Parts: sequence; C-alpha cells; structure tokens
Amino acid sequence: MIELNKIHRDFLVGDQTVHALNDVSLTIQAGEYVSIMGPSGSGKSTLLNLLGLLDQPSSGTYKLNGVDVTGLSDTEQAHVRNREIGFVFQMFHLVPRLTAFENVELPLMLAGITPDERRSRVNTVLEDLSLTNRSHHKPDQLSGGQRQRVAIARATVTQPKVILADEPTGNLDHKSGQDVIRILEELNQRGLTLIMVTHDPEMGRRAGRQLSMLDGQLNRDQGT
Amino acid sequence: MALHSLDIALFSWGALRGYPARTILMLVAMAIGVAAVVVLTSLGEGARNYVTDEFSSLGTNLVIVFPGRSETAGFNPSTMMGETPRDLTLNDAQALTRSYSVRRIAPINVGSSDVSWRERSRETVIIGTSYQMLAIRHWDMAQGQFLPEVDLDRATPVAVIGMKIRNELFGASRALGEWIRIGDRRFRVIGVLGSEGRSIGVDVQDIVIIPVASAQQLFNTGSLFRILVEAKSRSAIESVKQYIIDTLQDRHQGQKDVTVITQDAVLATFDRILGALTYAVAGIAAISLAVAGILIMNVMLVAVSQRTAEIGLLKALGASPRQIIILILSEALMLSMLGALFGLLLGQIGSFFIRNAFPVLPAYAPIWAIVAALLVAVITGVVFSLMPARHAARLDAVLALSKR
Repeated sequence: MIELNKIHRDFLVGDQTVHALNDVSLTIQAGEYVSIMGPSGSGKSTLLNLLGLLDQPSSGTYKLNGVDVTGLSDTEQAHVRNREIGFVFQMFHLVPRLTAFENVELPLMLAGITPDERRSRVNTVLEDLSLTNRSHHKPDQLSGGQRQRVAIARATVTQPKVILADEPTGNLDHKSGQDVIRILEELNQRGLTLIMVTHDPEMGRRAGRQLSMLDGQLNRDQGT
Repeated sequence: MALHSLDIALFSWGALRGYPARTILMLVAMAIGVAAVVVLTSLGEGARNYVTDEFSSLGTNLVIVFPGRSETAGFNPSTMMGETPRDLTLNDAQALTRSYSVRRIAPINVGSSDVSWRERSRETVIIGTSYQMLAIRHWDMAQGQFLPEVDLDRATPVAVIGMKIRNELFGASRALGEWIRIGDRRFRVIGVLGSEGRSIGVDVQDIVIIPVASAQQLFNTGSLFRILVEAKSRSAIESVKQYIIDTLQDRHQGQKDVTVITQDAVLATFDRILGALTYAVAGIAAISLAVAGILIMNVMLVAVSQRTAEIGLLKALGASPRQIIILILSEALMLSMLGALFGLLLGQIGSFFIRNAFPVLPAYAPIWAIVAALLVAVITGVVFSLMPARHAARLDAVLALSKR
C-alpha cells in the first residue's frame, strides 16, 4: 500500500545541503508492522513525516494506495491525512483546553461529520481503550499513559489504514509504555498498518519488519 | 470537508477562554475604540440638539423681517449707486397682518436708555414691541400683565420690566403701579417678566419693554429694527415669506429692500455646522478603532505563535489551509464582536454619565454612529487578522509540531 521510489529529501542548512533522505526506496504492504530504528539524525523522523504527508520529498515518488500523493495540493493532502493516516506522537500533542472526548473528536470535526455520528464514534473508540470514565477530563488531569491512549483514540477514530507512531513510548514509564505498545499491536492485529519510529532496540525488535537507517539511507531491512 | 459553523464557534470560543489574558487585552482595546466613538458622537449630537432646542425656544414658525437687503450675489449696480434702504415702518408691520397665513406679528424697536425710579437709576436695553410679543416668544409673566392689546401706533406710557431690573430698581418694594422714568418720559410699571435666558442676544431679565409707538417717540425714529411674523403652521412659512416680500415690495415702490429670513434657515445652518462637527469627531474616534484593529493583528500574531503546536497538530489531523484560516478568523470575529458590544455598553454608560452631569446636553449617540462603530470594529478585527491567519495556514507542520 505504501510505495516509495528513489526518495530524496534535502535541507539547506546555511549554505550546506544536508541529505536527510538519500535515495530511499521502500514498499510496505497493508497490515505490516514495521519499526524504523537508527541513531538520531539518521533520517527516521523525516521518513515518518514524509509518509504522513507532513513533509514533501525533494525528488522521487510516493504512492499511497496506488495514488501518487506527491503531486497533490495542500488541501488534497490534508484530506488524505484526515482519512488515511493516524498519527501518534512522542509528546502526545493533545490540545490542553479540550477534554479527552473533544480531543478525540477533533479529526472528525475537521472532516465535517455530524455531531451525532461523532459522539457515537468517539464513545466507541474511548470504550475500546477503556477511557470512558476519563472522557471529560482535560489532558492535565490524565496520566502519561492515559494521555497516549487518548492520542491513539484520536489517531484511530477516523478509521485510517496506517498508524504512524513517532517514539510513542518515549515519554512514558516502562509499564505505561508496555500498555501503549500492546494497544498499538492489537490494532495492527486487526489489520491496521503500523509504522513506528523508535530508538529503543527492545521495542523495535517486536515488529515483524525492522528497518534501520543510517545517514539518510536504509541500511538494513529485516523481515519475517 | 466542511466545518460545521457551530463547531467553528465552539472551537473559537474555547480558544478564547483558553487564553484569558490575551482575550481580555483585546476585548479592552476593542471596547475602548467603540466606546470612544459612542461617547464622542453622543457629545456632538448632544451639542447639536442643545443648539436646536435653544433656537426653537425663540419662537415657533417664525419669519424675521429686517430692513436692507443682504446681497449674496456679490457686486451689482445698486451697491455702486450707494442706495440706502427704505425704513420699515409701523404701517409696513400693520400691512403684514392682513394675510390669512399670518397668526400674529410683533414689530421690534431696540435702544438703550437710562431707567430710574426715585434715586435709583441704571442703563438698560429698551425694547419697543406689541402685546403679541408675549405669545411669539413664549414668555411668561411673574407679576401683573404684558403690554395692553391696543393699536400699534398708540403710545401708551406703560412698561413691563425684567426680573433683574425689578430687583435692582425696586429691591423689596412693590413695583407694579409705580412710575419709572425712561429717558425723559414717564412710564407706569404694569408687569414683571418671569422668563429667564437670552433672546436675540439680550438677557430677558435685564430689559424693559414698552409699546412700540412709545419707543419710537423715545428714540425719535419712525423706523423699526425688526418685524417678527409668526406663520399659522410650519407649512405656511414659505408662503408667508413670499407674502411679506411681495407686500413690502408693493409698499416700497417696487424695491426689494428688506431681508426676510426664516428661523428654519438659521437652524439648518447651525444643524449643518454641528452635524459636520459630529462627523469630524466620529472620524477621530474611528482612528482609535483602527489602532485597536492593529493591536488585534499583533495579538493574533502572538496567538498564532503561542499556539504553533496546536496549529501543527490540526494540520497533522487533516485541517486544510482554508480550515485553519477559518478557525483563526472566526476567533478574531468573535473577539471583535464581543469587544464591540462591550464597548457599546461602556459608551452608553459614558453618555449616561454625561447626561447626568450636564442635564441640558441631550447626549445620545446617533444610531448611525453606533452601527458604524460596530461594523468598523468587526471589519477591522477580521481584516487585520487575515495576515496572522494566512501565516498560521502556511506554518510548516513538522517544525510546528516539534515546538513545545
């Protein structure tokens, strides 16, 4: 479902060009569980942003579900992000003034879904993640693990095909991290494609397919 | 993908409540601008209404005739020939009463003379007129009665005196029935005026009124200073004016040598001047609104950078650039509307206090000023937020998200 072909991503730092991604080609099938590892600065976050259409390649093509998405307009890309992709961030990125329910509701609101349908969909997702009794709490009233579960609820409420997780356990204690990882893996078992960036080898090894990056290139692709 | 308007409103409202300091700052800026417009225009309107009221107290449906022609056409042969205008006479005045549209007339002669009673004496303004003057000027009597209802050319030796003259000449003694000396003639006091205020530039408490014929003898003149003509109704004013011009032209061998002005014309002039003043003041106040608009732009820019992470998140969740602009603009719209309403309230309270402090000044802000202030406030609020909104829509999502 994901097809990267000869992707380059160059940044201009001062008068020097930095190749954050250097000729990356990659195919990921629907339902795969992929971890991306590598030292910081190796380009793994850039790759994830690119997969999530938050960033544009300097050259090369990116096909998502057979559609070349590199040529889409801002608005069309926003539409794809809304419908096809769910993000889980290391910093959770919940809106502090909104309750858990409202945070989860946000992508549905942006999609223009009616309040009635939103309510039932949000409640279903919150129940799946056993957050029902937390739905009217603000983020600062939630523990780290609960916050990340709210973020996962938000990422999955639009029923995307891909979850992109950027160090999802990086800000959590070990036990909460284990919970979060287990939830993500459950989602993967239900058919969602899960792509996770991590620098924790123990986390990375759980994935069915392990990519590792160095200096903007894929230097290892271990699949089972 | 279209956002529901209720969602937009709720989201913006939440954002405003999420940053109370910023919201209050902007509300105050907006409110001060709007309040300034409301208070200043209400002052201007108050002044205008005050002057209008003062003028109508001079008399209603009044046409004023005075000798000589005021040339507005500039230089013409008659000015070169040095023609002197014909006097207005008592007969002229009498002739004007013959129109059906004229309710009453009062000829006026003005001069100044010494007035004395026993050993007390003072100089004051003497007005010669007829009994109709009382009704035309809406004066009222404190004691006694006004001039008797007699023919204009009858010089009765009676006088009506103002309250101040009464107090200064007579002190505690009774004035009615006493004989006073004006110039070299003796007059019997038959009434004391109760009115206050000014009339044709004279303090009515400080005048002595005698019959017009007596005044002509006193000042040794056959002419009149003015003739006041009261029309039957407002709609009759123009026909009365024309009637006066025609009649006096006939009587003066075809010369148009009088000037006839209607009170409406005087009023209209003042109205225009003070109206212009109100607009000018409103313009000045509008500048303060524009300043408030620029402040809103700055604060919205701060708001956007304060919420960079949130905007980045909205982008990641699939908000299109247009949706982000809509959200930011609706926030600005809500702010400026709230600020404008708050300012309107503040302005009305301000006008209320002005009215209380100066009861003679009917300081009410005109509707057009209120509507304009609200519109300008909301429009500047939104227009000045376009730039920050565009800025937000163009934010790089990756950088925005990496910021805490």
